Amino acid sequence: MSDTENSDKRELLLEIQDLRIEGYADDKWVEIVHGVNLELHRGEILGLIGESGAGKSTIGLAAMGYTRDGCRISGGSIDFEGMDLTTANQDELASLRGAKIAYVAQSAAASFNPAHRLIDQHTEAPVQYRIKKRLESQEDAMELYHRLRLPNPKEIGFRYPHQVSGGQLQRAMTAMAMACRPDLIIFDEPTTALDVTTQIEVLAAIRDIVDQFNTAAIYITHDLAVVAQMADKIKVMLRGEEVEEAETIKMLEDPEEDYTKSLWSVRSYKRRQKYRPQGDAVPVVSVQNIDAAYGDVKVLENVSFDIHAGMTVAVVGESGSGKSTAARCITGLLPPTAGRILFNGEALPSSYKARSRDQLRQAQMIYQMADTALNPKVRISEIIGRPAHFYRGLRGAKLKKRVDELLDLIELEPRDFYNRYPTELSGGQKQRIGIARALAANPSFIICDEVTSALDQLVAEGILKLLDRLQKEFNLAYMFITHDLATVRSIADEVVVMKEGRIVEQGPKDEMFTPPHHPYTDLLLSSVPEMDPEWLTTVLEERGVDNIGEAALKKQ
Amino acid sequence: MNYFVIGYYTLLIGASCLAAYYQARTAFLLLFSLTLGSFIMGIIGGEPALWFVTVSAGVIALAAGTSYAFREFLVIILPDEMSRNVKGAPLTASFGLFVVMTYAIAGLFAPVIAPFGEAEVISTAFAPADAQMLLGADQLGRDMFSRIIYGARNSVGLALLATAIAFFFGAVAGLIAATKGGWFDQAMGRVVDVVMSIPSIIFALLLLSIFGTSTTTLVIVIGVIYSPRVFRLSRAVAGNIVVMDYIEAAKLRGEGTWYLIRKEILPNSTAPLIAEFGLEFSFVFLLVAGLSFLGLGIQPPTADWGSMVRENATLVSFGEITPLIPAGAIALLTVAVNFIVDWMLYRSSGLKE
Repeated sequence: MSDTENSDKRELLLEIQDLRIEGYADDKWVEIVHGVNLELHRGEILGLIGESGAGKSTIGLAAMGYTRDGCRISGGSIDFEGMDLTTANQDELASLRGAKIAYVAQSAAASFNPAHRLIDQHTEAPVQYRIKKRLESQEDAMELYHRLRLPNPKEIGFRYPHQVSGGQLQRAMTAMAMACRPDLIIFDEPTTALDVTTQIEVLAAIRDIVDQFNTAAIYITHDLAVVAQMADKIKVMLRGEEVEEAETIKMLEDPEEDYTKSLWSVRSYKRRQKYRPQGDAVPVVSVQNIDAAYGDVKVLENVSFDIHAGMTVAVVGESGSGKSTAARCITGLLPPTAGRILFNGEALPSSYKARSRDQLRQAQMIYQMADTALNPKVRISEIIGRPAHFYRGLRGAKLKKRVDELLDLIELEPRDFYNRYPTELSGGQKQRIGIARALAANPSFIICDEVTSALDQLVAEGILKLLDRLQKEFNLAYMFITHDLATVRSIADEVVVMKEGRIVEQGPKDEMFTPPHHPYTDLLLSSVPEMDPEWLTTVLEERGVDNIGEAALKKQ
Repeated sequence: MNYFVIGYYTLLIGASCLAAYYQARTAFLLLFSLTLGSFIMGIIGGEPALWFVTVSAGVIALAAGTSYAFREFLVIILPDEMSRNVKGAPLTASFGLFVVMTYAIAGLFAPVIAPFGEAEVISTAFAPADAQMLLGADQLGRDMFSRIIYGARNSVGLALLATAIAFFFGAVAGLIAATKGGWFDQAMGRVVDVVMSIPSIIFALLLLSIFGTSTTTLVIVIGVIYSPRVFRLSRAVAGNIVVMDYIEAAKLRGEGTWYLIRKEILPNSTAPLIAEFGLEFSFVFLLVAGLSFLGLGIQPPTADWGSMVRENATLVSFGEITPLIPAGAIALLTVAVNFIVDWMLYRSSGLKE
C-alpha cells in the first residue's frame, strides 16, 4: 500500500485521456487506437506490451505529440506538464522534443546518421536548445558514456556509428536521449535487435541511468521477461485497446484478463524430447568437418553435426557465429572449402547447381523474414503450387487438389487464401505459407532459419506447434537456427552451440540444459531474461556489473 | 484607363480579399503577389502585358478544367481497380493522359481527320490560312494542318517503335545480366559503357550516313543507341530483387534463369520499367525530331514534325508562327509524357503526401 501512496504523492508528468488515433488506408480513415488512458508520474517506468499492431508504438509516439505519416489524432487529450500536446502547434512541440521528451528507437544502427560522429549527434540537441555550450555538452556526453559503462568513454564519442558494436550503439543512443536531461524518455523496443548477451548490458545501463536522473519512461516491447525487469507498472495492449494495467509484480503473478494469461503461458509450451535411434541409423544430414569462407574471411571452421530423421537439431549462437552460414553450406549456396556433407549417407555435390532435382527437393528451407521470402506479386496458389508442379509435374485439377491439401495442413482455409497475394496476409499467415511451400516439395529435411524471431509470441507458438505436428506426420528432420533459447527449450531434441564459426558444445537437450556447461553455453543461458522481476538484479549481483555483455564475451 | 484594366484589378483585389477572409493562405499569397506583380507589369508593359496575363491564366484554367473533367470521366468509365488508381492522380497526370489520348486519336485516324493528303499540293507556297486551310500552307503549298495530323502518326509511331525495340533488348539483357551475374554481366556492362561513351546524336548521324536513311535503319539505329540506358536501369532494378529470399528459394528449387526472370523478377520491376519507358520515349521522340530537322530522319514527302520545323523555318523571319506549331506539338507531347511518368514514379516510389 505504501508504494501506491508514494506514487500518488509524486508529481503527475504525463496524462493521456481517451486517446484516439486514426490511420489512413484505402481512401478512408480507420481508427487504430480506441480510447486509451495513461498516467505517468515523475521517475516512473511504464511497460507497454502487446503484439505487433496493438498500437504500442503509435501511443509511444503520441506521447510526444507525434503521429506517423498517414495517421492523425482524432480525439482525447495528451497532457504533458500542463500542456495539451494535441492542440499545441509545431513550434511548441519542437521545443519539447529532445529537450523534455526523448525517444530511443529500436534500431540504433538505422537511427544514427552514419556520416556524423556519435558525439556530434549527441551535442546537437543541447546546443540547438541553448541548454549547454558545445564543449560543456561534450564533457557531459563523456560522463554519460561513463555511467552507461561504455568502454573508453573519453574517446568512443569521436567514432562513427559503424565503428562501434550494436549494443554500444544502443547505449550511445540512450546517452543521447539523456543529453538534455529530459523528463520523459520513450524506449521503443530498444533491445529487440540485440543478442541476449548484449541485451543484458543495455538493460542494466538503461535501468541505472533512468534511476539516477529520476526520469520517467515508457518502455515499449513485446518481450514480457524484459519488461518485467524494467517497469514499475505494466499496461497490456490488444488491437488498439487497453486490456489491463497493474503494478509489475501483481501483473506477473496474478493477471486478471484471459488475454494476459495466454501471453504469460506461451513460454510454458514444451514438447517431449526425442533421442537418437539406437544402432547405426544413418543420419538424414551429416555435416562432416566443414570449413567455409566469404572471400578470404574464414567464417566456419571444422563444423560437424548429424541430424537424424524425425528429430530437431537447434543450432544456437549470437549473430555472426556462423549458424546461417552452416545452413548455406548445406543448401549449397556457399560451397564449403573443406569437409563434406552427406545426405542419407551419400555425399552431396558442394554447389546447389551441381545437385540433381531430387537432391534439391529433399532439403527445403523456411526463412526468417516471410516478407522477403514470398514474392509479393505472385498468388498464394502459385507460390505453393510451383514446387508441386516443378518436382512432380502436377497440373490442372490435381495441382489444385494438392494446393488445397497443403493449405489445409497449415490450417488456412483454401477457399479464402487460394487467390490472395502475400501482402494481404499477416506475419504469421505468411510464415505458414512459407512452410507450405517447403512441404509442397515433399522434403525429408527442412532448415528453419529463425522462423519465429520476427513474430509475436502467441503467433510464434502457433508456428512451433504446427512445425511439431508436421514433423510427427511426415517424420521430418529439422535444423532449427535460432538465437532464442526459450524456443530451443520448447522444441529441440539436440542442441549445437556455435561461437565465432566453431562448435562450442553439442549434445541432447536435457544434457545441454543441465550443468556443468561449457562457460559460453553458461553465459548464453544465464543471459536469457526470466519472468522474475528480480532476475536482472540477481544476475548483476552474481556476475558483477563489469562482467556482462561484451566484457563477459571477451573473457571467454 | 479602360474598363478592362479596371475590371482586371477589381477582380484580383476582390479575390485576394476573399481568400484572406476565408484564410486560404496559399491562394491569398498567389493572388496578392499576382496583383502586386501586375502593378509593375502594367506600368512597364501597359495594357498588352495585362492581356497576356489574363490569357495565360485563362489557358491554365482551361487546361485544369479539361484535366479535371477528363479525370472524372476516366474514373467513371474505367474498371474498378484502374479507376481507383486514376482517382488519386494529380491534375498534371490527367492532363498528360488527355494530351496523349488526343495525339493517339490524331495518329490512328489521321486519314479521316485530315482534310487533305500529307503530300498533296493544293495551294501556293506559304499561302495564309483560310476557311479551307486552318493553318495555311507550307513551302510547297501543302496543307499545314493535314501534315501536322499525319505527323502525329509518323513521328510518334516511329519513336514508339524505336523505343519498344530499345526497351526489349535493353531490358532482356539487363535482367539476364542481373540474374546470371559473372562474365555475362561484365561483358554486357563494358559493351554498354562503350556505346554510352559516344555522344548519341553524333553516333546516330554517323550510323545513318553509313547505312542510309530508310525507316528501318532509323528504327534500328535509335534502338541500339538507347538500349544501353534501359540495360542499366533494368539491371539496377533487378539487382535489388535478386538478393531477396524468394529468389534464393527459387534458385534452390532448381529453377532456370528464364523462369526466374519471367515469373519472379519481372512482376516486381514493371513499375519502374514502365516509367522509364515513358521517359525514354520522350528522348527518342526528341532525337527523331532532331534527326529529321537535320535531314537524316524521316524523308520527304512523309510529314514529320521535325522536318516541318526546318522546312518552314524561313517564315519565322516574317513574324509568322507557323513553324512553331509542329515544334509546339513536339514540346506538348514531351511535357505530357513527363507528367504521366512523374505520376508513375511517384506511385512506384511509395511516397505519400
